[in-house]
Amino acid sequence: MTTVATMAGERAGTAKPATMAQALGRALRDSMAEDPTVHVLGEDVGTLGGVFRVTDGLAKEFGDDRCTDTPLAEAGILGAAVGMAMYGLRPVVEMQFDAFAYPAFEQLISHVAKMRNRTRGAMPLPITVRVPYGGGIGGVEHHSDSSEAYYMATPGLHVVMPATVEDAYGLLRESIASDDPVVFLEPKRLYWSKAAWSPDAPAAVEPIGRAVVRRSGRSATLITYGPSLPVCMEAAEAATAEGWDLEVVDLRSLVPFDDETVAASVRRTGRAVVVHESSGFGGPGGEIAARVTERCFHHLEAPVLRVAGFDIPYPPPMQERHHLPGVDRVLDAVARLQWEADN
Amino acid sequence: MTVQELPGAAAYRPTPPPAWKPLTDPAPLLPDPEPYRVLGTDAAADVDPELLLRLYGELVRGRRYNTQATALTKQGRLAVYPSSTGQEACEIAAALVLEERDWLFPSYRDTLAAVARGLDPVEALTLLRGDRHTGYDPREHRIAPLCTPLATQLPHAVGLAHAARLKGDDVVALAMVGDGGTSEGDFHEALNFAAVWRAPVVFLVQNNGFAISVPLAKQTAAPSLAHKAVGYGMPGRLVDGNDAAAVHQVLGEAVARARRGGGPTLVEAVTYRMEAHTNADDATRYRVDSEVEAWRAHDPIRLLERELTGRGLLDEDGIGTVREAAERMAAGLREQMNADPVLDPMDLFAHVYEEQTEQLREQAARLRVELDAEHGESGAEEGR
Repeated sequence: MTTVATMAGERAGTAKPATMAQALGRALRDSMAEDPTVHVLGEDVGTLGGVFRVTDGLAKEFGDDRCTDTPLAEAGILGAAVGMAMYGLRPVVEMQFDAFAYPAFEQLISHVAKMRNRTRGAMPLPITVRVPYGGGIGGVEHHSDSSEAYYMATPGLHVVMPATVEDAYGLLRESIASDDPVVFLEPKRLYWSKAAWSPDAPAAVEPIGRAVVRRSGRSATLITYGPSLPVCMEAAEAATAEGWDLEVVDLRSLVPFDDETVAASVRRTGRAVVVHESSGFGGPGGEIAARVTERCFHHLEAPVLRVAGFDIPYPPPMQERHHLPGVDRVLDAVARLQWEADN
Repeated sequence: MTVQELPGAAAYRPTPPPAWKPLTDPAPLLPDPEPYRVLGTDAAADVDPELLLRLYGELVRGRRYNTQATALTKQGRLAVYPSSTGQEACEIAAALVLEERDWLFPSYRDTLAAVARGLDPVEALTLLRGDRHTGYDPREHRIAPLCTPLATQLPHAVGLAHAARLKGDDVVALAMVGDGGTSEGDFHEALNFAAVWRAPVVFLVQNNGFAISVPLAKQTAAPSLAHKAVGYGMPGRLVDGNDAAAVHQVLGEAVARARRGGGPTLVEAVTYRMEAHTNADDATRYRVDSEVEAWRAHDPIRLLERELTGRGLLDEDGIGTVREAAERMAAGLREQMNADPVLDPMDLFAHVYEEQTEQLREQAARLRVELDAEHGESGAEEGR
C-alpha cells in the first residue's frame, strides 16, 4: 500500500509547500482545462473566487460561462446542475458552507442520487457537490456542521473526504471525472494546512473507495477521516510515550467503504477506535464499529470504541473546543482498550 | 444636549441616496386580465385547419388513454393513475408545440403529454404500474422522467436549457407543473434562475383548481399564477387551458421567443381536473357536482369538435374515424398491460453506481442465494 509519506519522499526536492485550498483550486483548474464539459457553479465562485478562495481565478481563466456566479439558492444551483448534467455537462457545485446545503437536500436525495437508478443506467449524473464542512474555524452557527451521516445514508451518492493536500487534489480530480455523483466534503479547518506538493507533477493517489494506512502500528487501530486525521496522527505520536504503537487508517471515503483495509488492520492490531467529529449517535462511527465487529470479532481484544462529537447541535465558537474530539479524548479511548485489565 | 444644539448641526444636510431605477419595466411582463381564447372567436379562422384536426385527434386519443388507464387501476394492472381528463388540451399542446430536439419535463400527471410526444403508451406507464421507475431512455425521447416530487423538475429544465444554449444548440425545454407546485421553493428558484440566465425554457402551469383537495384560493393570494412571472422578470401569459388552439398558440409563441434568445415565459393554463386527484382519492369531499358540471360544458374535446364541425372541417364520419383509432390504441394498451412484465430482481443492484460497491456485490450475492432457494422450492413443488 502506498502511503503519503512514501510518495512525499519519492518526490522530495520538486515540491513546495501548498495549502489544501490551493490544491483543490488546482484540481478544479486542471479538470476544466482538460475537459470542456466541466463547469463550476455556485454563489460567489466567480468574481470573488469563493469565500475560501478555492475557485480563485477560474472565472478569469475560463469565463463566466464555465465558472458561474449563481443566484443565492442552493436547490436551484443543484437542480440546475442536474439539468446541465442531463445535457452532457459535468457540473461542479459549491455549497459554500455545510449547513447551507440543506435547502438542496431534496434535489440531492430525490434526483441526484437516484437518476441513474430511476432510468436504469440510461442517465447517470456526473455531478460533484463540494461542501466546505466541519468545525474548528470559529464559525458562528450553521457554519460548522458535520453532515456526512446524512449523505452516507443515501444510496447512489459517493461520499468523499480528503485529509491531506495530496488527496485534496487527487480525490477531487477523480470525483469530477466520476460518472457518479459525489458529495465532496472539504474539511474547512484543513484548508490552510500545508504540505510539500508539486502542482506540476502531482503524485498518484489511491482511487476513491480505498482507505490508506497513514501510520503503521501494532497495538491498536485508529479509524478516521477528514478533519480528524491530524488529531489521530498527533495522538498516535503522543501514545508512544505510553508504550502504545498505534496504526492510523484514513478512510478517505465513507461511500464506497473499504471494509478490506479496515478489517485487515484491526485483525493485525486486535483493537480499534473510530474517531470523527460529527455526533456519535446515528453517526458514521456506529456503522463502522458494527462492520469491524462483524468481520473481526474473533480478533478483537476489546469492544470497538467511538470517539465522536457530542450529540448536541454544533456549539457556539467559544465552546467548540469542548465538542471536537482532541488528542486527549482519543488517548483516553486508547487507554480504555485495555479491556481485560479493567473489566 | 440635543442634536440641534450641536455646533455646526444647522449646516448638516443628509446626502441624497443614489438614484434608483427598476431593473426591468414590469408593464410588458403582466398577463392580460382574461385567459386568452381562440375557439369560438374570430381568431379561430386564422388557425391552420390541419393543426386543429391534429389537436382533435390527439385529444380524443388522450381522453381514451385516460379512461383506459383508470380502468386498469380497477383491474389491479396499475398501482395508481392520476387522470388528466379535462386537461388534455394542455397535455397535447405541450407535446405538439415542441420540435424533436426540444425537451419535455413532465410531472406525474403528464403521462399524456409524454405519449403525445411519441413515447410508447406502455413505457409511459411503468412508473405507475410499479415495475420500473422510468421505462424509457430520457435522452432518446428527450422526455425527462415523470417527476413525482412537486416542481423539482423545473430547475432541471432550466439547467438543461442553459447547457444547450452554452453548447450553441437550438433547444428549448418545456416544463410542466400544477397549481400546487407553484407554492414549492423549487418553482421560485427555477423561475429566478431561468430569468437571470435568460434560459430558453417555458414553464406551463396547469391550474386545474385543486392540489389534491386544496383549492387555488388557499394556495395563493396572487391575482393569478401568471402574475408571478413579473416578480422574476419574465412575461406571464394567461390562457384558457381547455382551448387547445389557444394553448398551442400561446406555448408556440413562448417557445419561439425562447428559441430566438428572448428568455423564459410563464404560461398559466386555466383548466379543471374532472376526475379525482388519483383513483385513490374521493373528490366529493372537497368539491360540489355543480362546479364539475359547469366545467363539463367547457370540455376541451367538445370545444374543438364544435369549432371543427361548425366550420365544416369535421363530420360524423370523421369523428367516428378518430374514435376508432383511439379504441384501437386502448385495445393495444389493454392487451400489453395485461401481460405480466418480466423483471430481473438482480436489476435492483445494477444501476445504483456505475460500478457496484463491494457492499452491493455482497448483497446481490445474498439475494441470488435467496432466489435460487425460492426456485428450488417451487421446482420441488412442481415435481410432486
